[in-house]
Amino acid sequence: MEIVGSRWKAPSNDVVSNLPLYRSAPLLEVRLEDFELFAMDRLRVLRGISDGLSRGKKPEEMQKLVNDLWKTNMRHTLSSEVINKDIISHFVLRLVYCRTEELRKWFLSMETTLFRNRFKLESSDAQRALMAEFDLPYKAVSTSEYESIKDKLGQVARSIGQSLPTADAIFYKVPFEEVPELVAGRRVFICKGYAYVAMNQVVSLVVTQFRSLLSKALILTNRKWTSTIREEKDRLAPIVETLCMSYLGPDYSQPKEFAEISIKDIDHVAKSSFPLCMRNLFEKLREDHHLKHGGRMQLGLFLKGVGLKLDDALAFWRAEFSQKVGAERFDKEYAYNIRHNYGKEGKRIDYTPYSCQKVISLTPGVGDHHGCPYRHFSEENLRAALGKMGLASRAVEDVMDKVRNRHYQLACTLTFEAVHGASCDTGINHPIQYFNDSQKVLQSKNNPSK
Amino acid sequence: MTKEEVEDGRDDMLIDGCEAEVPIQRLPPGFNANYLRVYYGKLFPYADIFKWMSYGNDGKHPACDKSYFGRREFSFTLDNDIYLRFQSFNNASELENAIREKCPFKIDIGPVYSVDPAKRHAYAQSGDNVFTPVERELVFDIDITDYDDVRYCCSGADVCLECWPLMTVAIKVIDSALRDDFGFNHILWAYSGRRGVHCWVCDRKARRLTNEQRGAIADYFRVYKGNENSHKKVSLTTVLHPFLVRSYTEVLRDFFETKLLSSQKIFSTEEKYEKILQLIPDESVTSDLRRKWQESKRSSSSKDDINVIRWEQLKQVLQSGRQKSQGLRRCVEEIVFSFTYPRLDMEVSKHMNHLLKAPFCVHPKTGHVCVPIDPNHCDEFDPTSVPTLSQLLEELNKGDMRDDADNELAETSLGKSIRFFRSSFLQPLLRSCKEELENSYNLKMQHSKNSMSW
Ligand code: SF4
Ligand SMILES: [Zn+2]
Repeated sequence: MEIVGSRWKAPSNDVVSNLPLYRSAPLLEVRLEDFELFAMDRLRVLRGISDGLSRGKKPEEMQKLVNDLWKTNMRHTLSSEVINKDIISHFVLRLVYCRTEELRKWFLSMETTLFRNRFKLESSDAQRALMAEFDLPYKAVSTSEYESIKDKLGQVARSIGQSLPTADAIFYKVPFEEVPELVAGRRVFICKGYAYVAMNQVVSLVVTQFRSLLSKALILTNRKWTSTIREEKDRLAPIVETLCMSYLGPDYSQPKEFAEISIKDIDHVAKSSFPLCMRNLFEKLREDHHLKHGGRMQLGLFLKGVGLKLDDALAFWRAEFSQKVGAERFDKEYAYNIRHNYGKEGKRIDYTPYSCQKVISLTPGVGDHHGCPYRHFSEENLRAALGKMGLASRAVEDVMDKVRNRHYQLACTLTFEAVHGASCDTGINHPIQYFNDSQKVLQSKNNPSK
Repeated sequence: MTKEEVEDGRDDMLIDGCEAEVPIQRLPPGFNANYLRVYYGKLFPYADIFKWMSYGNDGKHPACDKSYFGRREFSFTLDNDIYLRFQSFNNASELENAIREKCPFKIDIGPVYSVDPAKRHAYAQSGDNVFTPVERELVFDIDITDYDDVRYCCSGADVCLECWPLMTVAIKVIDSALRDDFGFNHILWAYSGRRGVHCWVCDRKARRLTNEQRGAIADYFRVYKGNENSHKKVSLTTVLHPFLVRSYTEVLRDFFETKLLSSQKIFSTEEKYEKILQLIPDESVTSDLRRKWQESKRSSSSKDDINVIRWEQLKQVLQSGRQKSQGLRRCVEEIVFSFTYPRLDMEVSKHMNHLLKAPFCVHPKTGHVCVPIDPNHCDEFDPTSVPTLSQLLEELNKGDMRDDADNELAETSLGKSIRFFRSSFLQPLLRSCKEELENSYNLKMQHSKNSMSW
């Protein structure tokens, strides 16, 4: 990684913001425990943000949420360490989240939201300092140009409920494509390809810049992680692995929302409420009375997540597997695995059900049935599977369209909507969420009075 | 297999393949596969499409990207709705041969991908998303069926000269914003062959926009709120953005007052004016107007157009000093926008890999050729007199110019469209492409020089 920039030095007298741009990896001695702890704290923040976003929180609510999350999780007993914690945790998570497109996307969007909200809290001097640090190549609009478009700028300001710009107001002239959100909301005056961005809208510019730098950095990190940084890897790999395994996606390890499911309704529930990835595993299991390890993990943890009790889980898996390998072999070889999932064996870690991102990032091999069908099925098989779920051909086309764009979760969301005849505004992020949302819809259909 | 299906059962017909003469003098109107074969054989402007889609990369300049055209997705819809996606061609003659052979009822153009789309599976093996769209024109699709709640002359796929001006208005509003606001220069408008228009923005910058940026432009144009099922509701802010002001004062208001009012007679019956009153969120105003109009029905003696009279009355009430609320004053604009503002199919514009029908296709239902429309003279465009397949074949038959293909084309009524396409769109576009190639090449040379001296 690049060599440290000057901003790692102690703050000088100039205005310096507490908001790092994470342009280069820290040259700091970090204790391994800190390494992991810091990362987990930051992950709590990011997951909180993800949760807030999926609930469709408004900008002001997000601002408050991010602020609270940051304050609760990113403190440090030594005030001098606060910024180090910030930086170290960011770089550790880069390692965790650089490894697939889906992970990168999630990380990018959470970190960008975090950055945006932290930036807004900075003083305007600090904001300007950050802009300078980004080296944004934009020039302030000259006085004569300003005069010539003053009316239009005033019109835009009033159209979005802001007061007229004062005579000394600073505007930046920026290619419109660099401020898409301002364009989308008609919050800027646009002329001949340039958007005139007011000082108080600068956050949008900076965020775009932040986002594109981080996006590039993640790809680079991934490349380096898989090739060059050997010694690093030996040291860090186990930690990164653990972080990956247990902390991706929202926490669905404790099912609370619904009464647990029992073995006798499991077939029925699988048909009505399982997402395609689980439905497929479930059907394959019923058909072959067997699943390979990846499938057992994916389905097993999911069943745990939707409330299948350990005893029921054992009975369920035994009933199937014993038809193929005999009850005895099941008890010897497979039961351990299931108890393990429930944290009753081995390290006694309560494993968390896989999120969509996790499922999508899996790489099923020959004879495997796990993974996300939207990603891993051939077009033909996927069409057939969707047909079996009862999708009309129009809906199938919509889904396939998303698949072609590699929007697997959106495809899953569309399927959900088609199957349930109800909208799913948050989108599908987790197989368990799919299940919960489905149950909600079905329940409200059964007793519409509620 | 597909070829056979196209030809199946047609060997009894008079026309056999592209080179055949067309012996019938009066062709029945409309569309059929054999006429189409002749069209593809003699008239379809392959070379122009190829030049366009190459964006200068077919030249000899060292900065040319030779693989560029070959990475473009074409898709064909054959007879019987057989749909062939991810077709790609390395040069003009491959494109021409495939079209002549398959005789597609519809040709769609998709994005330029990172790799040859026909070989995408080979790359899929190597993992990590190598197959992805990298360039695509910014496109817009406007369809008259989306205006069914504001036109009373036709519905569905039908259009007539009364409702077509809604499309003209859309072209004016969008075209001027694309040029003046977004700074684009190379814009092609085309008739979709039946019920709408397509727009292709081809500037290099437009072709390289991300989905997010495309979405932003689409949203810049959006004034409708609420979901698709509910009737379209325009919601404007108290002060309008300069783009909306310009659209309103330069296009929409005038069109609404001088054309639409009387052509669609939007105040002429109770049912119609109730729809407009619905847009006014003030009981006392609406009941006032309603009373006035119910009375005037009984005493309609005036020779002035009742639609104009009622509109003036409505404006007077809403804009009179008595209405303190800004929102109510906005209502006049909101009504005008509701009836006239362009209704875009957002999804088409937002995603790089949406396919769009190629210009110069023939619409299989109407037989109309998807000809370019001149945005500067879009008022003169008449969808009902667009050349049709049978008309063109007739012209071919009549003329006995056997000398050369280009000449043959020029003599038909398609000739004018092709000449316009070349002079107003293709040539300026290719000039820009050439400059851009030069510039990027010089820049690269500059860089490598610098790095050497360093
Ligand atoms: S997107 Fe998620 S829920 Fe849907 S099938 Fe894939 S992993 Fe399952
Ligand atoms: Zn009409």
